[in-house]
Amino acid sequence: MSTAEFPFIVPGTDAGAVEDTVLDAPPPTPQDKFEWNTIIGPLVTFVIFLAIWEWMHRTGMRMLFDKPGFLLPSPVTVVDQAFLRHKPRRKLLGGLYWTAFVSVIGLFLSIVVGMTLAVIMARAKWAERAVYPYLVALQATPVLAVVPVIAAVFGGGLGPRIFVCVMISIFPIASNTLFGLLSADKGQHDLFTLSEVSRFTRLRKLQFPSAMPAIFTGFRIAAGLAVVGAVVGEQFFRQGSKPGIGIVIEEYRQKIKFPEIYGGLIIIAGLGVTVFLIFGWLTKVVVGHWHESNR
Amino acid sequence: MAEQTQDQNGAPTMVTAMDDSEPTPALVFNGVSMVYPDGTHALSETSFSVHPGEFVTVVGPSGCGKSTLLKIASGLNPPTTGFVSVERSKVGYVFQDATLLQWRNVQHNVELLAELQGMPKAERHHRAAESIKLVGLSGFEKKYPKQLSGGMKMRASLARTLVLDPEVFLFDEPFGAVDEITRERLNDEVIGLFGRERFAGLFITHSIGEAVFLSTRVLVMSARPGRIVAEFKVPFEYPRRPELRFDPEFANLSGQISYELRGAHA
Repeated sequence: MSTAEFPFIVPGTDAGAVEDTVLDAPPPTPQDKFEWNTIIGPLVTFVIFLAIWEWMHRTGMRMLFDKPGFLLPSPVTVVDQAFLRHKPRRKLLGGLYWTAFVSVIGLFLSIVVGMTLAVIMARAKWAERAVYPYLVALQATPVLAVVPVIAAVFGGGLGPRIFVCVMISIFPIASNTLFGLLSADKGQHDLFTLSEVSRFTRLRKLQFPSAMPAIFTGFRIAAGLAVVGAVVGEQFFRQGSKPGIGIVIEEYRQKIKFPEIYGGLIIIAGLGVTVFLIFGWLTKVVVGHWHESNR
Repeated sequence: MAEQTQDQNGAPTMVTAMDDSEPTPALVFNGVSMVYPDGTHALSETSFSVHPGEFVTVVGPSGCGKSTLLKIASGLNPPTTGFVSVERSKVGYVFQDATLLQWRNVQHNVELLAELQGMPKAERHHRAAESIKLVGLSGFEKKYPKQLSGGMKMRASLARTLVLDPEVFLFDEPFGAVDEITRERLNDEVIGLFGRERFAGLFITHSIGEAVFLSTRVLVMSARPGRIVAEFKVPFEYPRRPELRFDPEFANLSGQISYELRGAHA
């Protein structure tokens, strides 16, 4: 047997490593290339949307629904009256501020309480049995039905509005965190068991990191719901000071000022989209480099 | 030529020329049996021992209780009867899957076990770099598991266990999921490591070729409930070269083991 006939790999040499990567190639890394259609696509949709809107204002409202055109003002009118004029802009942005404030505080509290509950539930089956059904019950109760009661008991201050936000947004955080904490691979758990680590170390170095994608999905859902919760709350807390965007819209509705109403809707939508984008970006930063799907 | 002994508790005989091996075995199984809570009788009355400098492979078909053997050896599962004697802190376990943490790059994955044991950062960093080099993953330190091929993941997993410098190496069918070519290369690496480190190895596989190529001794396991039905000594010297696989003696020994395996599962 002569070794010359059989080229073989000496472990630990660079030759071995290079040979191996040729035979057993790693999956290709997707390239982040700038694509024009990532901009053109949405732009086309936006232009079509504006065109339909303008057409609806001029003809569609009367033709399709037999309603006057001023009920859906032209986008130009909306931008002009709601955003370019000082007074309505100030009022709408003030509303945006308070709605955003309530949503952010509500979301923050949901994250703290929801994740704490999830950690407790992940720790013991009995704790999960004791807590989870009530989270489901809370989730199953329509917020719209509860809010009037809260309004009647606590009034329309910031506290009750934040409370409504927490009510509506805590479930996706608690359930996604719990699911994530329990999703770590059995083999990985064995690995930690063999190292005889404490429960806290296992939680910190295995369960939490592997739960991150699920946790961030929960955050993203909850963030959208928190905005909904803040606006829904305002519908019933009209008398309160520190008016949110929902209250501002309601005022304009009573005054039949349609351009300002649509301006308010655009602002709420903008808040929702911003929150979605922020959490999408955060997800990418935190888990994008290792998790398969970073969407 | 291979010599077959039926005595499971037979006196340890060093097959290769290793004068520095110690007389006390690194791992002893004494009358170990395992019945799972669901009534599955996985392992019946198994006794054998592995000495330092010995590489023992257990071959058997899927579901014969081979993995149970390792779970008991490592202390993950306590046996139903019998006892296992091993210094747990000196055991390294290479899992069936690479079980890398997806959120850590190769460097940090390899450091994991040392980190969990509280090894100082500088030392574990240094050791990890060494074992990464040893398994031929230099240049891939910053890659994440999703960027690695199956074989490279197993190399990283191997390096992670190496960092602790274990005296007893347990391999749970580690190369079952990689292709034949990669598997042979990984076998070469394990042989190289064994030649260098002289640990006590217990390797589980269902590939006869892999078993003969790697080990000093091959144990053949029966169908569930698993027990050891035959034992073969492998006479080849270390370091073993890849071309050994085409040696007539190698083929002969593989044939005998194959025969025993079929007998055990007829």
